[in-house]
Amino acid sequence: MIDQFVIPTLKIVIVLFAGVLPAVTYMVLLERKVIAWAQSRLGPMRVGPYGVLQPIADAIKLMLKEDITPTKADRWVFTAAPIISMVPALIVYAVIPFGPTVQFFGHPVSLYITDINVGLLYIVSVASVGVYGIILAGYASNSKFPLLASLRASAQLISYEVAVTLTLVSVILMTGTLSMVGIVNAQYNARVWLFIVQPVAFVIFFIGGLAETNRAPFDLPEAEQELTGGFHTEYSGMRFALFFLAEYANMIVVSSVATTLFLGGWLRPFPNVAALHFLDVVPSWIWFLLKSFVFLYIFIWVRATLPRYRYDQLMRLGWKVLIPLAIANLVVTGIVKVMLR
Amino acid sequence: MDTLTPKTLYGEMFDTNELVINMGPQHPSTHGVLRVVLRLDGEKVIDAEVVIGYLHRGIEKLSENRNWTQIILLTDRMDYVAAATNNVGYCQTVEKLMQLEVPRRAKYVRTILCELQRIASHCLWVGTHAMDIGAMTVFLYAFRERELILDLFEEFCGARLTYNSMRIGGLPLDIPPGWDKKVLAFCDIMDAKIDEYETLLTHNRIWLERTKGIGVISGPDAAALGMCGPALRGSGVARDVRKDEPYAAYDEMEFDVPVGVAGDTYDRYLVRMEEFRQSLRIIRQATEGIPEGPIVGKVPRLIKPAAGETYHAIESPKGELGYFIVSDGKSTNPYRFRVRPPSFCNLQALPRLVKGHLVADVVALIGSIDIVLGEVDR
Repeated sequence: MIDQFVIPTLKIVIVLFAGVLPAVTYMVLLERKVIAWAQSRLGPMRVGPYGVLQPIADAIKLMLKEDITPTKADRWVFTAAPIISMVPALIVYAVIPFGPTVQFFGHPVSLYITDINVGLLYIVSVASVGVYGIILAGYASNSKFPLLASLRASAQLISYEVAVTLTLVSVILMTGTLSMVGIVNAQYNARVWLFIVQPVAFVIFFIGGLAETNRAPFDLPEAEQELTGGFHTEYSGMRFALFFLAEYANMIVVSSVATTLFLGGWLRPFPNVAALHFLDVVPSWIWFLLKSFVFLYIFIWVRATLPRYRYDQLMRLGWKVLIPLAIANLVVTGIVKVMLR
Repeated sequence: MDTLTPKTLYGEMFDTNELVINMGPQHPSTHGVLRVVLRLDGEKVIDAEVVIGYLHRGIEKLSENRNWTQIILLTDRMDYVAAATNNVGYCQTVEKLMQLEVPRRAKYVRTILCELQRIASHCLWVGTHAMDIGAMTVFLYAFRERELILDLFEEFCGARLTYNSMRIGGLPLDIPPGWDKKVLAFCDIMDAKIDEYETLLTHNRIWLERTKGIGVISGPDAAALGMCGPALRGSGVARDVRKDEPYAAYDEMEFDVPVGVAGDTYDRYLVRMEEFRQSLRIIRQATEGIPEGPIVGKVPRLIKPAAGETYHAIESPKGELGYFIVSDGKSTNPYRFRVRPPSFCNLQALPRLVKGHLVADVVALIGSIDIVLGEVDR
């Protein structure tokens, strides 16, 4: 009874409501703080000590704000778009392994909600649904700037989805499994993290990840300077907040997936070196979070540093550089794999 | 024969319309209340129309009803990010009209203030220009240094934005003791900071891609459109009023006039970055060589120029800032007061520059020609 129902339900509740949602809101604070430090400012300082309560204040503000639907908007699509954006960002967490199976008060508890044998495929397909939220939002707003933004979003989706998926294929070739847990275990057995053997795939995945989450320097759909906020120009209150949270939730997803695929997931550094056994005092899920945090930090760092690409340049980078590179990487991986057999 | 458009090829189903988009007057990247009506084909700009006048306060007309000293205060409000330069331009025009002699000390201080102002204005430019292209950190770095300049101005005249810092015939007050040391200390700080901006931008691949080949205009074309200042020099025309018709103490200063080659956004950027350094060079020379003496020349108590007219131009941070003043010799206010604002003249090149580029380039180009709407509309 406990193992079958209580624990899985508890896991979902804990991951979503104690894990992801607070993490997402605090991600916003972290970003504001890190960018502020990069820019010789202080960032939020008013709500709570050093502004630590800022996300809560923001959430209350957004919930209390008037919810405006423009009269000319396509009402149903306009309402559905933020939800379409947010839901995939959350359900992806179902297959992200935060750690292996551990014993918890005598019950075996796996530190992931579920491990399906097509985990990676599930992530790719669910994550790509999220972009429809942006496209539909821009379309349903019935306003010119959001429309341009949604055009950009569709172009971006097509260009980067392909490159990212191709890198994932090379990962699958290396590990021989689509299961997220299986991929981590394969890295344990291979005695090496995948980013060492697949550096090209790793870089392409990260760049593609930036583009897929609409982060700088690929934040074209919401380019504040040109499109005045882009697809969410017409949104206010909690609906705007959903887009906002979805973006940060997606950042965490991309970081987690990158950690799982390329940085050995929950494994400690050099998991096969017995001499480093003392590192095991740190629980596996802490290692996972630390590695993901590195990616999240780079996301923010990049945003503070780089200018924004232009629409056509982004397309050129996607189609002329990343996709050929990903295909070449895939072919080379395949050939090497066959030759080593 | 029909031209090959999607409509003739595929019929009504694939008919494409132009999208008319209203950029501004409330838009984060039009640097104030500029309105640009863009006609778009997808994201490509077919045509742009610049609509101005949202910040018109009638400064020229107001000036005809103020006495000569009161007008200095109005000139502050034109290019409000470079108020001291406006003051200098106006005062020098009246001095030219009245044939007043300005003491050397005043000339030197004017030079220092003008160049500090140029750096402050360029700081604002590099910040907003980079921000328009998405590099937001440069914005805050540049404002950090601009703050130091505002502190220097505050110490000199008490104000931080609209200084009212000149008088006809000289200066309202002498520089405070120790001020010159602080200016030199600022120069040392600024040197390193310019390198910092350049590290973030000059060789950044994305920055290069976003600015190279964008808004190319040849030297003769730029001159024919009346462009001036760094926007003109970016196209390779070495026109600088400070060199060509020296005023204040510029004839005693050593400095170079940087010019671009390609006439694109990147070259205009490089020209302004080099101007930072040249300004520092001038400030150092002027501050070290500042002579003793009075700060105001022999100015009659009642300023009432004899009947006549004059035009005088100076090099403001944005370009050639000219004043045309007519005095009827009878009243204590000008008969006609007219400004040749560099931003206005540069802005009329915008439709020409943006044609064929993408929406994202429009904001880059607005930043590149460095306009201040207070000056465009007056």
